[in-house]
Amino acid sequence: GCLRQQTWKIHFILLFSRQGKLRLQKWYTTLPDKEKKKIIREIVQIILSRNQKTSSFVDWKDLKLVYKRYASLYFCCAIEDQDNELLTLEVVHRYVELLDRYFGNVCELDIIFNFEKAYFILDEFIIGGEVQETSKRSAVKAIEDSDMLQETVEEYMNKPAF
Amino acid sequence: MCVLLISGKSKEAEIKRINKELANIRSKFKGDKALDGYSKKKYVCKLLFIFLLGHDIDFGHMEAVNLLSSNRYTEKQIGYLFISVLVNSNSELIRLINNAIKNDLASRNPTFMGLALHCIANVGSREMAEAFAGEIPKILVAGDTMDSVKQSAALCLLRLYRTSPDLVPMGDWTSRVVHLLNDQHLGVVTAATSLITTLAQKNPEEFKTSVSLAVSRLSRIVTSASTDLQDYTYYFVPAPWLSVKLLRLLQCYPPPEDPAVRGRLTECLETILNKAQEPPKSKKVQHSNAKNAVLFEAISLIIHHDSEPNLLVRACNQLGQFLQHRETNLRYLALESMCTLASSEFSHEAVKTHIETVINALKTERDVSVRQRAVDLLYAMCDRSNAQQIVAEMLNYLETADYSIREEIVLKVAILAEKYAVDYTWYVDTILNLIRIAGDYVSEEVWYRVIQIVINRDDVQGYAAKTVFEALQAPACHENLVKVGGYILGEFGNLIAGDPRSSPLIQFNLLHSKFHLCSVPTRALLLSTYIKFVNLFPEIKTTIQDVLRSDSQLKNADVELQQRAVEYLRLSTIASTDILATVLEEMPPFPERESSILAKLKKKKGPGTVTDLEEIKKERSSDMNGSAEPTSVNSTPSPSADLLGLGAAPLTNSAPPPSSSGSLHPEPADTVHDADELFHKFVCKNNGVLFENQLLQIGLKSEFRQNLGRMFIFYGNKTSTQFLNFTPTVICSDDLHFLKQFLCLNLQTKPVDPTVDGGAQVQQVVNIECVSDFMEAPILNIQFRYGGTFQNLSVKLPITLNKFFQPTEMSSQDFFQRWKQLSNPKQEVQNIFKAKHPMDAEITKAKIIGFGSALLEEVDPNPANFVGAGIIHTKTTQIGCLLRLEPNLQAQMYRLTLRTSKEAVSQRLCELLSEQF
Repeated sequence: GCLRQQTWKIHFILLFSRQGKLRLQKWYTTLPDKEKKKIIREIVQIILSRNQKTSSFVDWKDLKLVYKRYASLYFCCAIEDQDNELLTLEVVHRYVELLDRYFGNVCELDIIFNFEKAYFILDEFIIGGEVQETSKRSAVKAIEDSDMLQETVEEYMNKPAF
Repeated sequence: MCVLLISGKSKEAEIKRINKELANIRSKFKGDKALDGYSKKKYVCKLLFIFLLGHDIDFGHMEAVNLLSSNRYTEKQIGYLFISVLVNSNSELIRLINNAIKNDLASRNPTFMGLALHCIANVGSREMAEAFAGEIPKILVAGDTMDSVKQSAALCLLRLYRTSPDLVPMGDWTSRVVHLLNDQHLGVVTAATSLITTLAQKNPEEFKTSVSLAVSRLSRIVTSASTDLQDYTYYFVPAPWLSVKLLRLLQCYPPPEDPAVRGRLTECLETILNKAQEPPKSKKVQHSNAKNAVLFEAISLIIHHDSEPNLLVRACNQLGQFLQHRETNLRYLALESMCTLASSEFSHEAVKTHIETVINALKTERDVSVRQRAVDLLYAMCDRSNAQQIVAEMLNYLETADYSIREEIVLKVAILAEKYAVDYTWYVDTILNLIRIAGDYVSEEVWYRVIQIVINRDDVQGYAAKTVFEALQAPACHENLVKVGGYILGEFGNLIAGDPRSSPLIQFNLLHSKFHLCSVPTRALLLSTYIKFVNLFPEIKTTIQDVLRSDSQLKNADVELQQRAVEYLRLSTIASTDILATVLEEMPPFPERESSILAKLKKKKGPGTVTDLEEIKKERSSDMNGSAEPTSVNSTPSPSADLLGLGAAPLTNSAPPPSSSGSLHPEPADTVHDADELFHKFVCKNNGVLFENQLLQIGLKSEFRQNLGRMFIFYGNKTSTQFLNFTPTVICSDDLHFLKQFLCLNLQTKPVDPTVDGGAQVQQVVNIECVSDFMEAPILNIQFRYGGTFQNLSVKLPITLNKFFQPTEMSSQDFFQRWKQLSNPKQEVQNIFKAKHPMDAEITKAKIIGFGSALLEEVDPNPANFVGAGIIHTKTTQIGCLLRLEPNLQAQMYRLTLRTSKEAVSQRLCELLSEQF
């Protein structure tokens, strides 16, 4: 018979503030920049206009948005209609835990000043829209190993460049 | 810098600051002094930061690529991040990037290999697949590869397989990948399961052994104590990600054949269902989410197998509990999941027991997403036993429903009312209620359909006439009601004219009282109703003629209305009663085909979501007309779209004034684009580019079978600017608006999205029915706004008579016998013409076959000649055609002879084919 798409794939992840400022964007589907900007605008607006008491899921085009707010930041994943919504919420939560473990009591400013770290941590956790490593210890260890040599971007940025 | 950017006093200040920063970085990169790795990294990182703030970056790529070959991890890492965020397709750059990646993959340093694999997966382009799709499987299955690299390699390969499946070679490695399901390291198993699931969908045979491995792995997880899996236990739930992925993998296959494996799987599923009833091990939402994520996935698998009644009913009961859960997310998911359960014959009845809860959800849920799921579920659980209740509830809800989902609810109500109507008066009432409650959301398909059904069922016609007449009494009624009312009274007003309260004059006055408030298409329809009244009710003929004759009609600024008034007035004056009766006869029944409403809903919801359900339900209930609907929708045009001929009529002001001949033929819009050359190319082929200018490209793909056809028109916006009000209209030059029985070519189209983004392509489907032989090709008129200007162009649509050819093979003897039978001079048409193309026998043969006739070899005594035979299929008749083409190489001339039983057909085929050589 005709099989539905069984792949469990995140199409993109967006982090944005309550004021609608984008803090992180990760795309697992190839799209032109113009299209991405349009999508970001649209989704930020949809999510910010939803009430507190609603479900965490929104139908959007042929995809589904799964989102959750942590303090001042919204984390939003676009998944396929048939995908597992609850587990996507836990993907978000696990990512927040990883950020928290790395930064220690993570806040929005950590992600702004160390944006490259936020990307590296995400890459250790998810590749091509699929969860790679669900063990918190393994993922954090990978980051910390590579960190031995590295100072933070905040430090570079604060050194005079010119 | 960052602080300044973020606290950014104003947008202008931010842009100014960034431009200054960009100028500085550019000068550093261009400066005489070579930058050290540290500075390069710093500036590349700044560029990245600026890009992520939403500004465009058009330099720095080369510096980022240089960082890739650095030996310092930190520099390499920033280089890779820049490349994966800001990759561009500069081929020179790609070559350099690929080289760096190749070196890192070969480095045997797991950290470097990981970075390279992440980059390939992040970019995921075809170029990447070409370069690395062969290499990665080797890394994946090599015995000495580190676990973390294996994980990255599996998912990287998956990404490449999704982009370019043709570039990932299947081979020995596939069986070794399957055995990764047994790996010690759960992280490796998790990554491998994703890869295997995707590969198994395309190559189920090759990955069949994964089923038993997945079952035993799953079994070990669900029976493990919550601490056994250590790090892979998430809030007391053992390996939820891996469990869900394994359950997904199993959904690629039917239930396992091996009874032992099957039994073990059933045990797993039962264990998961049992655990749902146990008290939670933690109050944290993460615990319940992870646990329920596995539960919902298990239910998906149970529904997919659709073979264990016991499990299906247990699943349904579990979902029933969630329907009343205090967590909105769980209520949402329970409604969604139950929707698929409703389509299983084992659980359909169990789902139906929850009807009151679902109706209650529709009334009380505060989140529109949840209410939408409730509507979907009511639709899915509907059958003959509860249709009246469900339709009534949906109509109730429609009064207050969110605008975003009204149209979909209207479609659903219309479909259910039609499908489960035992009593057609109920159906008519329901549709009229729809129009009353949500008239703006009632699409053409819906009100066309009610007219079709009324025309096809004479037991409901009188009731329909009476009901619309009563509904029209309301002082303010929706225009769609005027349309339906006008149409139905025009056909069946006579059935209620005996009642003095709805005498002909009262009917007419009632309709005409709405006339001036209506839009042009509705007024055009009402004018047609009036001419039908002239036939139905001779006693009010003069009243109607007076109305048609009034200045507001005859001198109406709208060309279409003016033309109708002129033509109908003339028709009513000059035609005898008999002719009027014939021309204005009651509409013949419509052929029964798939409801166009259903087609519309399928389109809205995407294939799969509606189809499967419908197919199953169809078996359960016979459809309303007692006849089985065709299972294939291919080349079955729905008869609705052109029901009134209005869709195809040029209602725009570009039409010329009506011709003085009094002909009912509308003239084609304006100058038809001179694309004759391209048009002729399509006579012998079905696909290609029909038209192209600087703004727009029109491509075609079409297929024909017997007297039916389907054409896909692709409109490509070649500019970077949006087209607005984009309106393509197909106009049949022999389309007689209202008098459908004279129609030769029946075309149906759906409107396309009026906005076409720059660089985007939209598609339109034309369903084609050849009713009888026709001469003129339809015209495709396209209007849109581009920038500030209005664009209007017309091209001939290559739907030609020969498309309805079916080739016929016959022997030499048969051919010449038939040839002789068609010897009446009126049946033969001959043309002698000069060759326009090189006279190549093979090309000529291909063209004759492309033309649609059979090419008969060894029939003509002269082997240089070409002979063909075929039958033109129209709805009303079939016409046998014979053709003979005699080339004269010396003179570079051809003689083409066509013999058919109909002169006009011979003439048209000869014209069309002569242009080909």
